[in-house]
Amino acid sequence: MKAMVCVKRVVDYNVRIQVKPDESGVVTEGVKMSMNPFDEIAVEEALRLKEAGKIDEIIAVTIGPQQAQEQLRTALAMGADRAILVQTDEAVQPLTAARVFAELAGKEEPGVVLMGKQAIDDDQGQTGQMTAALWQRPQATFASKVEIEGESAKVTREIDAGLETIEVDLPAVITTDLRLNEPRYVKLPDIMKAKKKTIDNTTVEELGVEAAKPLKVTRTAPPPARQGGKKVESVQELVSELKNKGLI
Amino acid sequence: MEYDAVIVGAGPAGLATAIRLKQLNSDTEVCVIEKASEVGAQILAGAVIEPEPLDELLPGWRDNPPNMCVPAGKDEFLFLGKSGATRMPLPPQMHNRGNFIVSLGAVCKWLAPQAEELGVEIYPGFAAADTLFDDDGNVAGVRIGDMGVARDGSEKSGYTPGVDIRAKVTVFAEGCRGSLTKQLIRRYELDEGKSPQTYGIGFKELWQVPDGRTETGRITHTIGWPVDRRTYGGGFVYHYDDNRVAVGYVVGLDYEDPNLFPFELFQQFKHHPQIKRLLEGGKILSSGARAIVEGGWQAMPTMEMPGALMVGDCGGTLNVPKIKGTHTAMRSGMIAAEHLAGDELSPRGYDAKLRASAVGRELYQVRNIRPGFHKGLWRGLINAAVETVTGGRLPRTLETRADWSSLQKVGEYPAPERDFYQRDLPPKDRLQSVYFAATEHDEDQPVHLKVADTDICVSRCREEYNNPCTRFCPANVYEMVEDEQGLRLQINAANCVHCKTCDIKDPYEIITWVTPEGGSGPNYQNL
Amino acid sequence: MSKVLIIAEHDAGKLSAATGKAVRCAQDLGPEALEVAVFVHEGGDDVAGAAAKLDGVTRVLKVTDPANENALAAVLAPQVASLVQDGYTHVLVGNSTFGKDLMPRVAALLGVPQVTDVMKVEGEYVFQRPIYAGNAITTVEAPGDQVLCATVRGASYPAAGEGGNAEVEDRQVDAEIPQHTRFVGREVHKSDRPDLATAPKVVSGGRGVGSEENFKIIYSLADKLGAGVGASRAAVDAGYVPNDMQVGQTGKIIAPELYVAIGISGAIQHWAGIKDAGTIVAINKDEEAPIFEVADLGLVADLFEAVPELEKALD
Repeated sequence: MKAMVCVKRVVDYNVRIQVKPDESGVVTEGVKMSMNPFDEIAVEEALRLKEAGKIDEIIAVTIGPQQAQEQLRTALAMGADRAILVQTDEAVQPLTAARVFAELAGKEEPGVVLMGKQAIDDDQGQTGQMTAALWQRPQATFASKVEIEGESAKVTREIDAGLETIEVDLPAVITTDLRLNEPRYVKLPDIMKAKKKTIDNTTVEELGVEAAKPLKVTRTAPPPARQGGKKVESVQELVSELKNKGLI
Repeated sequence: MEYDAVIVGAGPAGLATAIRLKQLNSDTEVCVIEKASEVGAQILAGAVIEPEPLDELLPGWRDNPPNMCVPAGKDEFLFLGKSGATRMPLPPQMHNRGNFIVSLGAVCKWLAPQAEELGVEIYPGFAAADTLFDDDGNVAGVRIGDMGVARDGSEKSGYTPGVDIRAKVTVFAEGCRGSLTKQLIRRYELDEGKSPQTYGIGFKELWQVPDGRTETGRITHTIGWPVDRRTYGGGFVYHYDDNRVAVGYVVGLDYEDPNLFPFELFQQFKHHPQIKRLLEGGKILSSGARAIVEGGWQAMPTMEMPGALMVGDCGGTLNVPKIKGTHTAMRSGMIAAEHLAGDELSPRGYDAKLRASAVGRELYQVRNIRPGFHKGLWRGLINAAVETVTGGRLPRTLETRADWSSLQKVGEYPAPERDFYQRDLPPKDRLQSVYFAATEHDEDQPVHLKVADTDICVSRCREEYNNPCTRFCPANVYEMVEDEQGLRLQINAANCVHCKTCDIKDPYEIITWVTPEGGSGPNYQNL
Repeated sequence: MSKVLIIAEHDAGKLSAATGKAVRCAQDLGPEALEVAVFVHEGGDDVAGAAAKLDGVTRVLKVTDPANENALAAVLAPQVASLVQDGYTHVLVGNSTFGKDLMPRVAALLGVPQVTDVMKVEGEYVFQRPIYAGNAITTVEAPGDQVLCATVRGASYPAAGEGGNAEVEDRQVDAEIPQHTRFVGREVHKSDRPDLATAPKVVSGGRGVGSEENFKIIYSLADKLGAGVGASRAAVDAGYVPNDMQVGQTGKIIAPELYVAIGISGAIQHWAGIKDAGTIVAINKDEEAPIFEVADLGLVADLFEAVPELEKALD
């Protein structure tokens, strides 16, 4: 059984993002880019499933600019077997990505498609679910535990109230949450070995996928500044202020 | 893993060495390892650079320059009072026509893919933790540090032991106060007959300021306020494009006042009316600090050893009066490459070549300027003038004195009047400054600041020097905490910005900085 | 004019707060119809009734199907998609895990994009939403000729009032419900104390608390408030509490309605973890502590006196 892992090139989580003064977006020039941390968890989960003998091949895929190859190389260095870059210079819309991944899933026929629950740049959190819908397969989102038994998977999900376990028939899409696993370190010799693994290049058009109508971002602004600084003189005053706000 | 050459550090010296080696012989197998998560992420420098070595190394570079690279424009040299400023005649070393204001981090980030195109393998995120030696005691390579070690030393679930990288020759390019070179200098007695190496601490912030305030290419250097006359220090302001400006401050680590607070001096400098009006209303994009090597010619150790050599500032190739080290670092790397390529990768003879080269000549010429300031500002300036006029030809070489030994004890030093402002520009304190350095360390890893004896901190040091580490560290790593457990030294290792000042300045020489897990530390953007 | 469909979230006969907030957001669209769809496997009058009471709701649709016993996105999405064909222009749901799981699947079935975490309505198809964990706010324009699917950021809206009186209608839905996803079980948080990451109220202690033993007063206040408990990095480093309680840039980033910071100086790294909180209260004996600059309500006092006093006043 194959696993297809979808990864995204995003601004590194450590970067202090700058909003451009003209409000046209966030500064990405010269900024460190990395694999979306939730997608790293997805790659790690695929590796563990392979080590447990549940799957025998891991294909890492991404939709993004040419430089997204770097993220595929990271996935290959972690242990993925081969990779596919669907090259586009447009900002990636979740619906377009989902159409692409559903199309690739149709071709590669993996038993499981794994990806992060959301990307830390746009925080949309849609691609996994959309891929599942278009592929007409189940979705198991916010996974904190994955167990594959034969033709189905038991997935424990992190929900607001606690944990929920569902069972999905394979093939299915699983999106990863933070507590699913801790990704392994990339070993230096593996980075070298990864250079010999293949990355196939294609485009959205070549796949025959229609790009979705985008959500147009017309303005990007910093968050409104908070007005702090009010002081109270006593506990009693604090309590009455909190009561006024309906907080206690 | 085995290479012809392994280079420790992807700074200007390391990358220049790598590129030159490949240019001379494309079959040479060259590997560069870098402890930062990305090339450039731990590079911090002013910087105004002289382009000649770059012109030689990469002739077409001006058609495809790095980000944040503007031609030098107007130079000025100011003597600051608390509120005023006197324009001083520009010392010859400070004429920058033909030079470039750059982000050295962006330069390295731009050099790396060019090196890779030539076939150099670059591995960021991997720290060289130890030197490897062969049975004859020659340097045989380096060992990458283990990853996934818990704070108590046990192995976490992701534990990955470090690999050995063996090479015919190892090139150390760790930058100022390299942790491996510190050990190697001691081991091979490379500082025999040399003056003690001396340093400064440099702070830098990159700001985005409102429209209309900057003058792209403008270069300002200052001396005087806020530092007192017995302390070596000065500020800089470099104007980039897009309303961005770099402000910074260097304090000589030969300072004597145990209560000196270098970070505060930098922040005060920013509040000088001329600087403040530039910054007010703007915001900090990135900030950090790094020790800067100042010992010059007489302190530069022997730059070669069996199986290895040193390039750039881990030896100390920076020209202090020019406050420029990039050109000499790069050139030292190019000379190293040329030497190695011509001599079957044997380092022997490199030190002599370096000293006989343009780098050596340049450092020799200015060797007496910085040491002259050990006697204070005015004598230092007079000495500097004399040395400049005579081109360093006077038959003398002033000695330096180790920085750790220069602190005077509390009570013995007549603390100067510090005429300071009430500060309102960000960052409010060091913790806020550290935020802009985007420094990151997995908290569950061994503390990488090894203090040999923490009892000294609560007893002797508190009395004699009032715990200066709590002030000279730019990142508030060291804190004396008094709570229900008593008084103790607390090391906030996660704040560390890898500047190396503590390794240099602590008066008992009990702090040793070692590499934390690869990829840890600051993530400077465009510094 | 817009015709909005809200997907109700409910559990054990109770309508979730997230649904009320989605309704409140929908009101800003000035819709000509604001309808709530309640999916149940049987009964459901209590939930439908509660939905009918929300201000602005014009009708409640109750869809009954045995497959709806547990909320599964794969089961609900085709039913929602089918309902939407009735001319709705907008479909909204709260940004709970229920909504986040379900809505993208609905959007994909409809062939339309989704706007996640709507913070503000600026036009029928124009919204504000956060990116980069709220470090930037974007204004997005969705295509005006397609159905608009969105999740509503709960922290940005109060619940809708309850003065409504809409009709509840039983609705049949023609949708193919897949069999490939099955509910197995659920484990609700056993701890009496709410989870720090999602608790609507959080009380945190800092280095000022002084010891592991002293943290008792923090726990005590939290329990009185029904709040989760957090700590600053300084408190964690000093060993007063375990590190999974750390709130801040390298710990948890939270957005409770009420955050009480006790003995915490307010370093920017801690601030990064709480900047989206609704109301921030600070108690610290140092009036220069940076946290007072950003706290909505600051009390300069000795925490060892103020905290017990506060707890008593909540009786």
